[in-house]
Amino acid sequence: MWTVVACLVPPLVLSVFVFGIRTLIITAVSVASCVAMEAISQKAMGRKVTVSDGSAVITGMLLAFVIPPGVSYWLPILGAVMAIYIGKHLLGGIGYNIFNPALLARAFLLATFPVAMTSAWLPPLHNTAIFSTLGTAVDAVSTATPLAVLKTQGAAALAAQFGTAPNIYTTFFLGWRPGAIGETSGLLILLGGLYLMYRRYITWHIPVSVLGTIALLSWIFGGPTHFTGDPLLAILSGGAMLGAFFMANDYVTSPTVRTSQLIYGIGVGAITVLIRLKGGYPEGICYAILLMNPVSPVLDRLLKPKRFAPPLGGAK
Amino acid sequence: MSALLTFPKGGVHPPEAKGQTAGLAIEVMPVPDELEIILGQHIGAPCTPLVKKGDTVAEGDLIGEVTKGLGSPIHASSAGTVKQLGVSAHPMRVSAPSITIQTDRQAPPRRYERTDWSGLGREELLKKIQAAGIIGVGGAGFPTHAKLSPPPDSKIDTLILNGAECEPYITADHRQMLEHPAEIVEGARIIMKVLGVSTCFIGIEANKPDAIAAMEKAAAAGGGGQVQVRAMKVKYPQGSEKQLIQTLTGRKVPGFALPSAVGVVVHNVSTTKAIYDAVVLGKPLYEKVVTIAGKGIKRPANLLVKVGTRVRDIVDYLGGVTPELAKIVYGGPMMGFAASSLDIPVTKTTSSVLFLAGEEIDTRPHSQCIRCGWCIEACPMGLEPKEIAIYVEAGRAQETAQFGVFECFECGCCSYVCPAKRPLVQLVRLAKMKAKR
Ligand code: SF4
Ligand code: SF4
Repeated sequence: MWTVVACLVPPLVLSVFVFGIRTLIITAVSVASCVAMEAISQKAMGRKVTVSDGSAVITGMLLAFVIPPGVSYWLPILGAVMAIYIGKHLLGGIGYNIFNPALLARAFLLATFPVAMTSAWLPPLHNTAIFSTLGTAVDAVSTATPLAVLKTQGAAALAAQFGTAPNIYTTFFLGWRPGAIGETSGLLILLGGLYLMYRRYITWHIPVSVLGTIALLSWIFGGPTHFTGDPLLAILSGGAMLGAFFMANDYVTSPTVRTSQLIYGIGVGAITVLIRLKGGYPEGICYAILLMNPVSPVLDRLLKPKRFAPPLGGAK
Repeated sequence: MSALLTFPKGGVHPPEAKGQTAGLAIEVMPVPDELEIILGQHIGAPCTPLVKKGDTVAEGDLIGEVTKGLGSPIHASSAGTVKQLGVSAHPMRVSAPSITIQTDRQAPPRRYERTDWSGLGREELLKKIQAAGIIGVGGAGFPTHAKLSPPPDSKIDTLILNGAECEPYITADHRQMLEHPAEIVEGARIIMKVLGVSTCFIGIEANKPDAIAAMEKAAAAGGGGQVQVRAMKVKYPQGSEKQLIQTLTGRKVPGFALPSAVGVVVHNVSTTKAIYDAVVLGKPLYEKVVTIAGKGIKRPANLLVKVGTRVRDIVDYLGGVTPELAKIVYGGPMMGFAASSLDIPVTKTTSSVLFLAGEEIDTRPHSQCIRCGWCIEACPMGLEPKEIAIYVEAGRAQETAQFGVFECFECGCCSYVCPAKRPLVQLVRLAKMKAKR
């Protein structure tokens, strides 16, 4: 578990340089509340307190990673209650929770604080004035995320604000764009994900099927006419990378059988693109994963590995 | 060479670690002062001793006979005097009745002459094999004559010789194939005559090209056109009976059934060599090639030792252990058993004793299942080890039959790949003990 935490540190460090030190504070608040909430929930339910396993720390970091950097400092506390108490301990219990806790909390915050969650974006800093965004009145400088621009104003506006290909790819890949705290740098997320694969904590099946589906469907349906969408931009913007490597892959809420992992990933990717193009929100991976979460045990059951050769006559 | 054969589902690639001993010729270890011969070397009831304290025995004398059920006789591995009838430590069971022989090191080794077996019929051949005390030396130790007498309703058409030797470190079969290929092929011909089959495959993993070449040559010379060598991909557990049969014939042995159900009989190459010894030379099985390897032993070797030789004597002969020694394993690192004592004697089924240094074993602590699915992917039997393990830990081991626990043959692939280092084989073993068939 602590390996995953380590893989989440580089994007966090980067966010400090992109959005200012406030991202660190938000993450710290989120992690602290998640750990506290985990301990409180476990105590209250008379279970063994297992905060030292690091899983609440991961939830805390991921929760902070999916909220905008300009929100008030107390918002993650609310998110933590939702993520840990409701998402993790009430809906299934540790190791058996149905939904990804961090995403459940994000969905909840989005519904209850829609303004903060959809407008507290910060533009990337162009100097190292990382303390300039420390105050609370940062909403004034809020900006729009690339996906929101693309959705409401179109591709021309996107190019005007963020540049054209291939510069826009580099900028986005490195993470110098508005977005949620931990989702901006495709590069660092990719490196973290590759390391987890190298250590065999995760496999390629979910990230590849999620990103592949997003890229393919965005290419087909994302442009003004069919087959003119920009697949690379689609996976580099929004939370696609973070979602594919660290959210959809969550051990507890994703399938374990390889074939079901592929189907699950394709489902996540397809719903993401559907929401992005047709739904009410600019980004859809959060809901896509939440929608696929409850399907994973079903997939696992349907696609159980084939037994070598069960006994004849069906006897067990 | 065309694409190498292998089995389709699961399997792992542990470091082969065979380099230490693969190039070392089989070396005859001098007879130690004392031998402890366990009376139950095989699956089935232990033998009844035929000797008493103080008796003198000659090399190859019958000293234990089967009196009830399935079994296999025991012979004196060396000339000497019976010192006592007692109990020995055993690598897998806690202890077992045994005969200790004070060896007579002056006695010349017994000589065996080649005889012609071509005139012998099926029954006579079987009798010779049974009398020589031959059991499956590569694994569980199933009495060979029983394996060669399949149920009358099964139609056997193929003999498979198992030369996969897929466990890391072990090179005993490899050396047998290199040094005694003609004997193995002749042994195969004997088995084929007993079974009445005209097809024999010798399956060898591709990491032993020299053994493949040697066996191919011997098969061409003495196989009568009926013995074929098949190179197989290096993948553990390629040498597991069911996986081997599937690889070479495409047939799947159903759960709880024997290979004879799909018309196949499998014998290890070293067992086949023992059958040759028994039938052609009239020599009972009382010697064994054992690989001694690992960074924890001064001098790794492939040793031909007398059955009953204590591991302690082997260690002394090879110059002792090194300071790095961290763990002693009887058998291979995947399926073997950790040993607590050096006083365990070699049995007919001992293929290796490994002296592993700290760097050769995985000592990371285990943690909770992270549901990564590796164990499911690795299990060659298509089981879900993680699920079985969770049930066992939750105290619901009795309910695990639904997951097919009894099809598990404890290959250890699941434990090997688990990034959380969960003791999956141990948990599945426990499930097997508690679940109802
Ligand atoms: S469950 Fe049994 S058969 Fe499957 S990998 Fe584990 S030990 Fe091997
Ligand atoms: S390999 Fe280990 S951690 Fe992964 S699913 Fe199996 S038991 Fe769980």
